[in-house]
Amino acid sequence: MQDFDSKPEVARVGKSLWSDAWDKLRRNRLAMICMVVLAVVALGAFFTPLLPLQPSDNTVTSRDFEPPQLRNKPSDYLKVREGEEFRPLTLEDIDQATAAARVIRKELANVPADDTERARRLTASIKDAIQKPFRDAGFTDMGPLSRWMTRLRIRLFGDYSLPSFAGRDSLGRDVLARVFWGARVSIIVSIVATMVSLVIGVSYGAISGYSGGSVDAVMMRIVDVLYSVPFIFVVIFLLTILGEEQLKKQLAEYGIDRITIFYVVVGAIYWLTMARVVRGQVLSLKKELYVEAARSQGAGQARIIARHIVPNVMSVVIVYLTLTIPRVMLFEAFLSFLGLGVESPDVSWGMLASEGLEVINPIRTYWWLVVFPSIAIGLTLFALNFFGDSLRDALDPKLRDA
Amino acid sequence: MIAYFVKRFVWLLLTVWVVFTLTWILANFSPGTPFTSERSFPPEIEANLRRRYNLDKPAYVRYMYDLDNLLRFDLGVSTKQVDFTVNELVALCWPVSASLGLLALAWAAIVGLVAGVVSAARRGSLADFSLMSLATLGIALPNFVIAGFCILLFGFLIPLLPPAGWGGPRYMLLPAFCLGAPYAAYIARIARTGMLDVLSQDYVRTARAKGLSRRAVILKHALPTAVIPVVSFLGPAVAGIITGSLVIEKVFAIPGIGYSFVQSAIDNDTPMAMGIVVLYTILLFTMNTLVDAAYTWLDPRVSWDDV
Repeated sequence: MQDFDSKPEVARVGKSLWSDAWDKLRRNRLAMICMVVLAVVALGAFFTPLLPLQPSDNTVTSRDFEPPQLRNKPSDYLKVREGEEFRPLTLEDIDQATAAARVIRKELANVPADDTERARRLTASIKDAIQKPFRDAGFTDMGPLSRWMTRLRIRLFGDYSLPSFAGRDSLGRDVLARVFWGARVSIIVSIVATMVSLVIGVSYGAISGYSGGSVDAVMMRIVDVLYSVPFIFVVIFLLTILGEEQLKKQLAEYGIDRITIFYVVVGAIYWLTMARVVRGQVLSLKKELYVEAARSQGAGQARIIARHIVPNVMSVVIVYLTLTIPRVMLFEAFLSFLGLGVESPDVSWGMLASEGLEVINPIRTYWWLVVFPSIAIGLTLFALNFFGDSLRDALDPKLRDA
Repeated sequence: MIAYFVKRFVWLLLTVWVVFTLTWILANFSPGTPFTSERSFPPEIEANLRRRYNLDKPAYVRYMYDLDNLLRFDLGVSTKQVDFTVNELVALCWPVSASLGLLALAWAAIVGLVAGVVSAARRGSLADFSLMSLATLGIALPNFVIAGFCILLFGFLIPLLPPAGWGGPRYMLLPAFCLGAPYAAYIARIARTGMLDVLSQDYVRTARAKGLSRRAVILKHALPTAVIPVVSFLGPAVAGIITGSLVIEKVFAIPGIGYSFVQSAIDNDTPMAMGIVVLYTILLFTMNTLVDAAYTWLDPRVSWDDV
């Protein structure tokens, strides 16, 4: 009669939140395309020094506002100036520079500890010596990893560089290279700033949610007040004040430059929503039946947090993270656009777009200066937004867009 | 209701005070004085001037003076624009930004709402898919990118509209379009979600069962409820349109308040920048309050105690 008795017991494999979400996500074709786009952008940005691109800060004034070219011109190649002549940049130049730096470093080791002025001067000249061949060729200052990749590039491609597929800007710099180098800055800035906001937001929200009571009330009131602050204005105000020459020099001595300030400031803005979301999640999780069940079975506090609370908060946090990164990227572009973000010779996408828009005029439209950076920003932001939305739908159908 | 507005007013004062104090501290503890320039005054004269403008007093006294001035709506004198007080500059720029913002908001709300309702009503159709893809694009693209393409297209390639400047209604169209575009996209998405929610509710089915046409049900029964999430988005939207205007006003060279803010920030015109920050705080707060208040009017289930 009751056929459920006769049914053989099939071992049901529980689907974890993540594998379920991954299955859903894989069915969404556009989301997968966006993921591929993001992977390509990220890899392209990471391996920029390895690609045979022209140096991003190499000014060739005779070729200013040159429209996109499909063929190479002699000044495309990696070159250093020697007297009146140009010659190709070779690995020997870099080796010589490293050797020169090593000599200075030896000298630095012999400087007495109390002679800080001399030590500082020597440290600066080590940096100059290392960067010299790269600066001569028109690169901006590079870290060790980028320098290593550039060496590899010279070994692979010699002095060959791609032609100016995306044209040249007002100083004759290659737009394609600038878009690639700009991607690095834009991506790193948005990831680091988002991480700062993540750390602040999650800890604030979690503390508030766990504590409950009056602590929670006060902490959330503070968030409410901060929500009504027009932060963009405060940030611009802050950046200009900190950008003053005198103060900038002081800060530079502590190793704080504008990008560092930007990380902190943006992190300090974007944590508000994260804190609210995490608090709400923690509040509701505390009362969940499965948490109680786990506790009644004797699970310890640490196990409950690790196995039940964290995974459930994680999904919300990750969704919110993928949606915050494009916002931060937009904000950086926005500040750079206003001339308050990244400073020359570094480039970011916002700066490129603003440079392009500045030279628009009715007589000649330098369309490539607007179109290529815009495509780069637009494509990346679209992919990030769309991927974030799909991830949210896949992970938590209850969350609605707002 | 009165209790609600009184409460919100107290919060407004608190918020303005926080913002003012924050910016004041930033401004006053940064190096450089109004007298730092290549042509400096003789020390005696500078001392006199300092006394005249209370710069010789300790910080907390100056702070109280400035707070007192703020309470009397006196935002001080611009240090870069010759012969202008901050109030006068704001009075000059404000109408420009406000009209631009209102136009942008109007188009965003109308187009966004229509697009959202249409794509919810035709869920799964080609129209739905293309409208929503367009909306994601609108959200993703920075407004200066949209502005760049618009200027290239309509300013130069097909010269229909002036590419920049300020002078008449024709000058407002392109900037207002670019300013409103992301918000139209957001509103379309929110309206669609809200509409889909409502369409699956019992009372909508009852209305259909009574024999009402689909159009009548959507417009008369579903729409008022579906609009609620859109209204709650309008508060942040106003804030966003204001901040977006910083960029749009720069791109289109519009003499609005966003443009003067960026200019004053770059020129280190502290009183001007501070004044605008405080002004925007008040504006933002008022908008959020009005939006919350609109809930009780739109949704009978929400009482004044809830908001």
